[in-house]
Amino acid sequence: MIAGRSKSGNAFVHLAVLVLVVVWTAPTAGLLISSLRAKDLLSVSGWWTALTATEQSQVGRAALPETQVEKNGRYFIRGNVFEGETTGTVNAFGVKIGDPSAFKAGETADLPGGGTIKVNADGSYEIASETQFEGARGQRIFYIAKLPPKFTLANYKEVLSTAGIGQSFVNSLTVTIPATIIPVLIAAYAAYALAWMKFPGRALILSLVVGLLVVPLQMSLIPLLRLYNDVGLFLGVPAKTYLGIWLAHTGFGLPLAIYLLRNYMAGLPREVMESARVDGASDFDIFVKIVLPLSLPALASFAIFQFLWVWNDLLVALVFLGAQNDQLVLTGRLVNLLGSRGGNWEILTASAFITIIVPLVVFLSLQRFLVRGLLAGSVKG
Amino acid sequence: MAEVNLSGITKSFGAVNVIKGVDLDIRSGEFVVFVGPSGCGKSTLLRLIAGLEDITSGTMKIDGEVVNDVAPSRRGIAMVFQSYALYPHMTVYNNMAFGMKLARASKEEIDKRVRSAAEILQLVPYLERLPKALSGGQRQPVAIGRAIVRNPKVFLFDEPLSNLDAALRVATRIEIAKLHEDMSATTMIYVTHDQVEAMTLADRIVVLNAGLIEQVGSPMELYHRPANLFVARFIGSPAMNILPVTIEGVNGEAHVRAEGGEAVRVTTRIPAGSKGRPATLGVRPEDLTLATGHGILNGKVMLVEKLGEVSMLYIDVPGAKEPVVAKFAGEASIERGADIGLTTATGNLHVFDENGVSFPRA
Repeated sequence: MIAGRSKSGNAFVHLAVLVLVVVWTAPTAGLLISSLRAKDLLSVSGWWTALTATEQSQVGRAALPETQVEKNGRYFIRGNVFEGETTGTVNAFGVKIGDPSAFKAGETADLPGGGTIKVNADGSYEIASETQFEGARGQRIFYIAKLPPKFTLANYKEVLSTAGIGQSFVNSLTVTIPATIIPVLIAAYAAYALAWMKFPGRALILSLVVGLLVVPLQMSLIPLLRLYNDVGLFLGVPAKTYLGIWLAHTGFGLPLAIYLLRNYMAGLPREVMESARVDGASDFDIFVKIVLPLSLPALASFAIFQFLWVWNDLLVALVFLGAQNDQLVLTGRLVNLLGSRGGNWEILTASAFITIIVPLVVFLSLQRFLVRGLLAGSVKG
Repeated sequence: MAEVNLSGITKSFGAVNVIKGVDLDIRSGEFVVFVGPSGCGKSTLLRLIAGLEDITSGTMKIDGEVVNDVAPSRRGIAMVFQSYALYPHMTVYNNMAFGMKLARASKEEIDKRVRSAAEILQLVPYLERLPKALSGGQRQPVAIGRAIVRNPKVFLFDEPLSNLDAALRVATRIEIAKLHEDMSATTMIYVTHDQVEAMTLADRIVVLNAGLIEQVGSPMELYHRPANLFVARFIGSPAMNILPVTIEGVNGEAHVRAEGGEAVRVTTRIPAGSKGRPATLGVRPEDLTLATGHGILNGKVMLVEKLGEVSMLYIDVPGAKEPVVAKFAGEASIERGADIGLTTATGNLHVFDENGVSFPRA
């Protein structure tokens, strides 16, 4: 503990943490809530009102004329504007579209075509007439109702099937998982060799890796694609395949991966390796049984970075995989949706949330590895 | 059951020569301690024996076999590191079993050896714990246990006690001494900068300085007959007092005279032609006694430290670069500022020539 930290200082720290947590989680929560709200609610009110009842102008149709009943020479049609789906309160109603709140709930209004209508606060209505009702459609009822909060998975159902997000989700996973595992594997081997094995040219290779860290991706994109296509042509492999994008992401990720992992591994206690060597461990044994388990925090943090970067990547995916429907990744699909359905917020929020759900899960499940502490106890410290 | 023979061993890191030619024969079952100031190359020498560093030139034999290019694991050694170097992600049991598992020993054999080592070191209750759940004093035995399990011919210790607190250090030192008695066939090589550990544990001490051996001998040999000024000053605490003297031949016997002191007869064999030449006289603080009147050394008391069991006197003697220290038993009744003379038995005097090499004793 830092000496002399006061109580008020502590409170300040807690407050700051609270503010940060709220600032960081509120947008995500908003996106989630928005994506679960009904389309019509989403367009009229913000997500923070989702749990309160909202006043809405609605149109309903009364039951068909054939359901009328006769009593004492009068004809009645009875029903409920909410049709049993939701429960709400009707505040006012009307019979003309221009004035949906002409009458208070419970009042009786004259219908333009003859007869009267009465809508109660609970939504039940009664249409009465001296003459028999005719026609094939029910009477339209306009009403202002206070509706309780309503959540639905319909948006997700729609984006996953018809909007193509489901297919893109699978595509994104197909790209991202190998594009994370391959560089981590290669980099771990390379990092061990660069950190703990003596061989000529080690410093040169290391400086080369550091140099590659600053090569801009955009500069190498097209040359790489041409190289890949030429090699692919020679080997008879089609141009835009998953293999191509795995290799591209591996290449772009490796310098940072090797650099990070080498620095971490070089910081592991030398005596532990020497002790293993005295115990009869080969370099491979030391790598697999000592260095890899001790490097888990570094491996996990790099895996998180690489995963997020590949998952959110659009440029490399478009260049190496193309925009065909069956190979389009989530980011590409989102761009398309923004163009074609930019006004449909329920589509965009649900799509966006599906896009961020995997990074969230990855981060939450691996974040414990980010906390160092595995090394405690190996050497006096 | 293994001798270790080093002949002409050198080690350079680039242009820096760390070990400058070491010849040493360690007998089977011997407990040898390397001591020296920091940077003298004692740890490097141990790592050369372990095979963790490559020898630049020279020959190293373990059990009669040249091991210059033999991997550490095939040298029949086990090493205990200063930082313990336990595998942090393995339990105590797996730490101790690691080497045997790599050697593909059978499960029963591993279990037997680990358990017997754990019993010797009283580690049985901790076998399923991770190193981080152990205190420093419990981790050190694990490191030793891991070495025992390997059943080595040569046991190497690299400052194993320097991370322990004072009380644990004494307890573990005694444990190691006991271990040496129990494993009397196993050669042990121990590196330390602590002379108490060296004096108490060693059969023979190797004093190293700047990559060279200054002297090899039993603890008492080094104490009573240091080969040179470096060893004389390094062994013993507080360090031996030295002061410049002139060699005088008086009545055919060798005498030396300190500035302002009486000429004193010494029993070391000083060659006849050395008369009138400068030399260095050394005398241990605990050998000095108060003289009646004028002594071999005379000066003013600068400081008296009373420690209860002993009193230390710091005396400003003309000609000496540093104050002369005298260690008297009990409480000395001498006040600061007093002029006193000090004397000692002739046999306690050490005389070194101009190069710091001890004159041979009679």
